[in-house]
Amino acid sequence: MKNTETIFSIHDIHVEIEGKEVVKGVSLEIKRGEKHAIMGPNGSGKSSLANALAGHPSYTITSGEAYLEGRNLLEMDATERALAGLFLGFQYPLAIPGVTVANFLRSAVKARSGGDESRLKTFRKDLMEKFKLLEVDQKFATRYVNDGFSGGEKKRLEILQMAVLRPKMAILDETDSGLDIDALKIVSNGINESAPADGGVLLVTHYQRLLNYVKPDRVHVMINGHIVNSGGPELALKLEDQGYDWLNSNAA
Amino acid sequence: MSDTVYKNNSVSDIGDNYAEKYGFHDPEEYFHKGARGINHEVVEMISRMKKEPDWMREFRHKALDIFLAKPMPKWGNTEILNSIDFANIYYYIKPIAERGQTWDDVPDYIKKTFDRLGIPEAEKKFLAGVSAQYESEVVYHSFHKDLENQGVIFLDMDSGLREHPEIVKKYFSTVIPPADNKFAALNSAVWSGGSFIYVPPGIDVKIPLQAYFRINAENMGQFERTLIIADKGSRVHYIEGCTAPVYSTDSLHSAVVELIALEGAYIRYTTIQNWAHNILNLVTKRSVAHKNATVEWVDGNIGSRLTMKYPCVYLVGEGAKGEILSIAFAGNGQHQDAGAKVIHAAPNTSSRITSKSISKAGGRASYRGLVKVYPKAENSKVSVECDALLIDDASRSDTYPTMEIDAENVRIEHEARVSKVAEEQIFYLTSRGLSEDEARLLIINGFIEPFTKELPMEYAVELNRLIELEMEGSVG
Repeated sequence: MKNTETIFSIHDIHVEIEGKEVVKGVSLEIKRGEKHAIMGPNGSGKSSLANALAGHPSYTITSGEAYLEGRNLLEMDATERALAGLFLGFQYPLAIPGVTVANFLRSAVKARSGGDESRLKTFRKDLMEKFKLLEVDQKFATRYVNDGFSGGEKKRLEILQMAVLRPKMAILDETDSGLDIDALKIVSNGINESAPADGGVLLVTHYQRLLNYVKPDRVHVMINGHIVNSGGPELALKLEDQGYDWLNSNAA
Repeated sequence: MSDTVYKNNSVSDIGDNYAEKYGFHDPEEYFHKGARGINHEVVEMISRMKKEPDWMREFRHKALDIFLAKPMPKWGNTEILNSIDFANIYYYIKPIAERGQTWDDVPDYIKKTFDRLGIPEAEKKFLAGVSAQYESEVVYHSFHKDLENQGVIFLDMDSGLREHPEIVKKYFSTVIPPADNKFAALNSAVWSGGSFIYVPPGIDVKIPLQAYFRINAENMGQFERTLIIADKGSRVHYIEGCTAPVYSTDSLHSAVVELIALEGAYIRYTTIQNWAHNILNLVTKRSVAHKNATVEWVDGNIGSRLTMKYPCVYLVGEGAKGEILSIAFAGNGQHQDAGAKVIHAAPNTSSRITSKSISKAGGRASYRGLVKVYPKAENSKVSVECDALLIDDASRSDTYPTMEIDAENVRIEHEARVSKVAEEQIFYLTSRGLSEDEARLLIINGFIEPFTKELPMEYAVELNRLIELEMEGSVG
């Protein structure tokens, strides 16, 4: 369903960490069914933007607006943003020793069910389907969350979580980093298969290669806390080809 | 922690009814309530009422002399220890109810107590025998026929002494003599109840034996005495769980537990203690593992105001193994001074100590451990791991590990960690929709998972509920 309705929008967002401004007025608008990519060199502020939008306590949004389905995200804490349908795929997923993947996901599904037990009833079956999608072994269910996981396993688990939790808006922070080409294909397939059809996706990435597999509708380039350029998928190819330098001079 | 355990955690009313659930107490209807205070007359009265043989009566009197002569320990929480008023404690109370053989024989008000503790439910699920101590006497005791036919003895200690005097006399107090410490001496003088288990050679008791203990009279000390003997090549798992009502003045719980694992035998002793937060829990637990025998202590300390308890294994035979796995949860006003002690006294012995503690809201958890390897215990292995989790800045964790290694070729591993619940971990979980409380609880449940996974399902569920209860309102 192609729809022109906006699902996610941010306007003039400024973010500080430890008193330093790292995002300096970023605006975006994502319509239902769209995938956007934010690209940029290291230190451009794109991960800070992703974390701040999800409610990371170390990041402060000093001004601006952010809405998911018209609801003001900035009035919510991290839990409420998640329950409103926002999902952050972590660049560096955290280990939770002693907590199994199955338990963790069940807890999350339960937290989001709002008392509706039907999702919990089908949880096992649902989980096993997603395991197949991400090509992970069933033993994954009884391993401790990210504890001793390889880089590739961690990223698969992030996308697995997205697939199980079915968010309305997914921000995927550097999901492609640390993946070999086979893992990249599997993870990309996972994103394509489980990305919310009438929701939105924001891919935050340093490299263009993920975008070969997950086709963005729009590409934004972020440098030094600003979005300096936006365009179609061809912009990503140009960046791959020419790097960020030509934009740096524009930004200055 | 298994999936099912967490699912069971979803019961919505858990944790908002501590006083109602655990703080109730029945009107005191006692058949016999002696005077407060401790002296030879009280000891004589206890022994006479129990119609004990002379050797036990004399043992009690000697123990009392030792108790009176012994100074208070000069370590642990000396402030609280020195505040104990021994003259203001009842040392023996016998409830009206006589021991019941079946559930029907148990008086209603006692049943109600058990109902609220969830005991009958646990029983339905997998009980082989229940021995629940209500005040000083065992009031309910059922026993599985199969075990009886195998010659397994599972009685309260008083009945054990009456019915099997030869076994009791042979082993009683051989592991923990009255002179061991002041509280062991006190227990030896006034002990009442506890469990007596004997497993004949080669018998594998497949289902855990368990007992619930309960203190119900204000200022009433509970001094149960447990003796477990696993004869050659036998196996047994004993589970002890404790809950107690809330009272305004301190109550003393001072048990003595002796385990004897003869050649090739296996004993596991599991405890979850959840005494009310005014109870002083000063317990001596020790075991002897003979040749190729294994003893495991699984010891959870959630409640009490002060717990001082260091389950111990003496590895006296070649190839013996000892394991002590413990968790301690110290909340506001609580001090858990817990730990472990292993003595390697024979070659090729091995031991593993895993200690986990959680401190929150100003609670204090101390690990106090001793590993001693005597010169002849060559080729022994020692592993000690202490892991402390602090929930907030007001809480405290101390570690007092002692190692005395006097033998050659001993392999030693020692790790100690203190950590805080990381903000990043909380954020990760909240970004999936969990509340901060849920996130913290999940992290804590994960932290103690090495412990909970060793528990039977019902106990794992209960433990996670207790932790949930204790964690409530901890978010600052």
